[in-house]
Amino acid sequence: MTVLPELYEFPLDDECYKVRLALSLMGVASRSRPVDMVPGREHEKPAFLRINPLGTLPVWVDGPVILREAATIVLACARGLKAGNWLPADPAAFGAVMDWLVFSVRDLHAAHQARDCALLGQEEPSPALRAQVRRAFNVMEDHMVLRHIGGHEWFADATPTIADILLFPAFALCRDYGVDHDGFPALRRWMRAMRTLPGFITMPGIPDVT
Amino acid sequence: MTLTTDPVALDAWYAVATASEVTHRPDRTRLLGQDIAIDRCRDTGAIRVRPVLHGGEYGDPLPVIERYACVFTTFGNPDTPIVEIEEAGEPDRRVVPCGWFTIRSSGPRIVENFLDMAHFPYVHTDILGSEPNTDVGPYRAEIRADVDEVWATGCHFWQPRGAATERDGSGMMMHIDYRVPSPFIVMLYRVAPSAPDRRDAIALFIQPMGEELCRAQPVEFLVDEISTHTELLHFEQVIFLQDRLILENQVPRRLPLDGQAEIPTRADTASVAYRRWLAAKGLGYGTILPHGQGERA
Ligand SMILES: [Fe+2]
Repeated sequence: MTVLPELYEFPLDDECYKVRLALSLMGVASRSRPVDMVPGREHEKPAFLRINPLGTLPVWVDGPVILREAATIVLACARGLKAGNWLPADPAAFGAVMDWLVFSVRDLHAAHQARDCALLGQEEPSPALRAQVRRAFNVMEDHMVLRHIGGHEWFADATPTIADILLFPAFALCRDYGVDHDGFPALRRWMRAMRTLPGFITMPGIPDVT
Repeated sequence: MTLTTDPVALDAWYAVATASEVTHRPDRTRLLGQDIAIDRCRDTGAIRVRPVLHGGEYGDPLPVIERYACVFTTFGNPDTPIVEIEEAGEPDRRVVPCGWFTIRSSGPRIVENFLDMAHFPYVHTDILGSEPNTDVGPYRAEIRADVDEVWATGCHFWQPRGAATERDGSGMMMHIDYRVPSPFIVMLYRVAPSAPDRRDAIALFIQPMGEELCRAQPVEFLVDEISTHTELLHFEQVIFLQDRLILENQVPRRLPLDGQAEIPTRADTASVAYRRWLAAKGLGYGTILPHGQGERA
């Protein structure tokens, strides 16, 4: 009997969705461990802190291995695949994937903050925060315009990679915090392409039509 | 922002917090445009709700009633008590406060969305509805003058997974009654799938922070011996966030009470009754009153 890796997650969290989407697209089996993040704040309680002292979600537990950042969970899962091109070996494409991976963690953090504030906060996200998100989306939009001109539909390679997966939730969910898709036609085209991938799954907050 | 002067909005009870989450440290939020602070008195342990005045000091405490796991307060003199939910007192009921979520919409828009069954197959696909079972059958909507509430009864809809207990997705015809006991509170009663001789109750308590910005918390009163607490939460929260996306896209954010203002197909029977009821009350907060009615300062 094989023991499946476990994913501690909250269904409404955008970081957890990155992992769920990746697992589904890559066909990786796991067991979901739902955590009462809101309203129960279970992720701040002792039982959970024993698993992840940082008190953050998602958490991936695979035997002795514990990973607690969506990007590294997705990266590790892609590395473990026997087949598929989600993490290209070619140095140029690999470099591009890693560059966008860092972008998804660093530059798109504002998107996570804006969504958190819009969903659970007392005020709407500040104009400054939303402007920060738009700047990051503009960088993505410009990149995808050039990729399209060059005959490519994905961020880092000729086929979809984990870069596409890790960038997707922030843009797909931006209506949740009052940023519209309309100003980003290349990203909308990319979003429609993402939806056609076998194993694609959605989450609440993502509009059906882009 | 400052407190509204709308008398109908002022004279109502509002849930503004979950009682178990109130601590000695004041939590700031807003009701009807007025900043308020909610905390637990260090001496008596009683929950206090106080307006936060311009200098940052607290005004006189507002009335507080703890009910249905929530803290209720009011700025005015409500002539009706907080809604009576009989099921809440039953010893085997599971009372599940599902968390406060912020929505850029008006309270009446949120109520109207809750009353609408037609969107189930498209917004809550494979949960509360699925194609081709898209028909909203006939039901009865009425304003009950004796209790001053709006009811929609005899509603039924085919639901693939109408409750957290229905895991196999085989679906069932769900029988639902809707109730609006107060302009910013909406409820439903449905046959409890795992105990067909009893009814589940689900309430949505709306806290209008401004006319076009609300917080809302669904509170469930369920007969369910099967689901875990976390399963019940996540089931309801997913549905709520699906509605949130739709609500935030509606224009205008305030609910027009003029019967001609929106295409009639969207405003079904229950919604028409709710709008008429609000118009008769003259609620101007979060609504657009018919021309000439309730001119606002
Ligand atoms: Fe809905």
